[in-house]
Amino acid sequence: MSNIPDITVQNLGKTYEVPQREPGLGAALKSLISRTTRDVEAVKNISFSVAPGEIVGFLGPNGAGKTTTLKMLSGLLHPTAGEISVIGHTPYARHKNFLNRITLVMGQRNQLMWDIPVADSFERNRAIYRISHGEYKKTLDELSTLLDLSDLLSKPVRNLSLGERMKCEIAAALLHRPQVLFLDEPTIGLDVTMQRRIRAFLGEYNRRHSATVLLTSHYMADVEALCKRVIIIHHGELLFDGDLSALIERFSPHKTIVVDLETERADLSSYGEVITAEGNSVTLRVPKTKTADVTGKLLANLPVIDLTVEDPPIEEVIEQVFSN
Amino acid sequence: MKHYTATYWAFFKTSLLEQFQYRAAMAIWMIGRILEPIIYLTVWTTVAHARGGSVGSYSPADFAAYYIVLMLVNQFTFSWIMHIYDFRIRQGELSNFLLKPIHPIHADIAENIAYKVMTAVIIFPTAILLFFLFDPNLAFHIQTFALFLLALGIAFIMRFFIEWTLALVAFWTTRNEAINQMYFTLGLFLSGRIAPIDLLPGAIQTLADALPFRWAVAFPVELMLGRLSQEQILNGFTMQAVWLLAGFLLIQLTWRLGIKKYSAVGS
Repeated sequence: MSNIPDITVQNLGKTYEVPQREPGLGAALKSLISRTTRDVEAVKNISFSVAPGEIVGFLGPNGAGKTTTLKMLSGLLHPTAGEISVIGHTPYARHKNFLNRITLVMGQRNQLMWDIPVADSFERNRAIYRISHGEYKKTLDELSTLLDLSDLLSKPVRNLSLGERMKCEIAAALLHRPQVLFLDEPTIGLDVTMQRRIRAFLGEYNRRHSATVLLTSHYMADVEALCKRVIIIHHGELLFDGDLSALIERFSPHKTIVVDLETERADLSSYGEVITAEGNSVTLRVPKTKTADVTGKLLANLPVIDLTVEDPPIEEVIEQVFSN
Repeated sequence: MKHYTATYWAFFKTSLLEQFQYRAAMAIWMIGRILEPIIYLTVWTTVAHARGGSVGSYSPADFAAYYIVLMLVNQFTFSWIMHIYDFRIRQGELSNFLLKPIHPIHADIAENIAYKVMTAVIIFPTAILLFFLFDPNLAFHIQTFALFLLALGIAFIMRFFIEWTLALVAFWTTRNEAINQMYFTLGLFLSGRIAPIDLLPGAIQTLADALPFRWAVAFPVELMLGRLSQEQILNGFTMQAVWLLAGFLLIQLTWRLGIKKYSAVGS
């Protein structure tokens, strides 16, 4: 592994010019004569870099500028400010050597041909990327095993379930063994089992091939399972870039304490904010700085069977980040 | 080159597979494409009979030959790309193409050829049937036929280039249909579909000479019918070469500008 990052982004910005019009017929007529436009800054002055083999979670609420950034990184959009370098290329030049080594998977778009068997769509990609038959067979075998595709390959895409189709989409996007993977919501709309499956696959793929992955997802389970590091953007601006643990440290002022007691329905509201109390189990939220203190008091004053201190769910932390 | 052959072969096979799914729709489209020349043939044959046997230099048998060959030429050179490109851009489907290390025109050309191969099963038997029904005045000379095939090949590529350029207008308009309709109507007159071009008024003939339609359709037809002098044949091939080059340059230009626009705005 070299020290040169696979992805370098410096002061990246993207401003869209959006036509603006009041509702109604009069406004429509007026817009024929003079069109007014408004500049929308989708991405503002973002900088980061990603090392080869790293998996980074790229998080933000809807409309934060995640997809716009991924599109700029994969060469579909031209930035209006700043510099991008991906594996030594400027993406929007769309050089063949660049396109041959990257992939972009968008959970809500499909590239497989709808009416023909999956294997035939794969064959098309084989030809486009000029993959030798030997190499192709090896990769397909590997992907088939990891994603359990063997029964799906002979089916037309239209006959697949959403989850099955997503697995095939991901396989199609990886046939050429890209070094850099841009994944935009690869698990959107999938059930928990399928999400887990795809998550496990992506982790395994990254380990085997040292692929660099930039992943967006609204499912925190994806992020927790795969990404040591996260980048968070909000309103187009970079809010956080660092380890997931540091994110929790920084943005969550609370810890969660779960206590199992010998007695039922104990009132623990004097120790902290009671989130749930069911039977003899009580969940408390306490300020981080008071955790040790509260834990000590609980153990000293109450018939405790079991006690665990946890970080709050990552969803809660993220929500906290965005509410600031 | 070898790479391109392999890629084209893969595109061709998958397109064939895909189109095979739409057999019924394809057959219905084909009925329309076959009926058009038959309707004009019937109209002109009736006019010829009413006029005492011919219109200009065309007897009913000449019209029959003209429209049977025209049906074949039009079938083998037409494309539908300008009707689908605005959808491709609006739905962001183009992004899939742009992420691939190959120019998207190749997939479209291969798809078009696959369609032509598929529909050959319908169009050739139809031509033979019409041959027996209408008794056309068509002599076969191997030299003429070889030139015809060359003209047909060039016509296919130049027409494809021009129509692909037209399709790319969708980068700016988002709704292409108005322009497509104008192109269709001009083509109806100027490519010799509504009537052989030498039966049209002089001014329209001059216009037809200057635009690509005639060279993409009427020229190979007239060539096959043996209606052209050596000089006219040479002139026809020159005009085809000019429009081939112009189409090629137009594609380069519109594609570059279009992508610039697309990557500025997104889909």
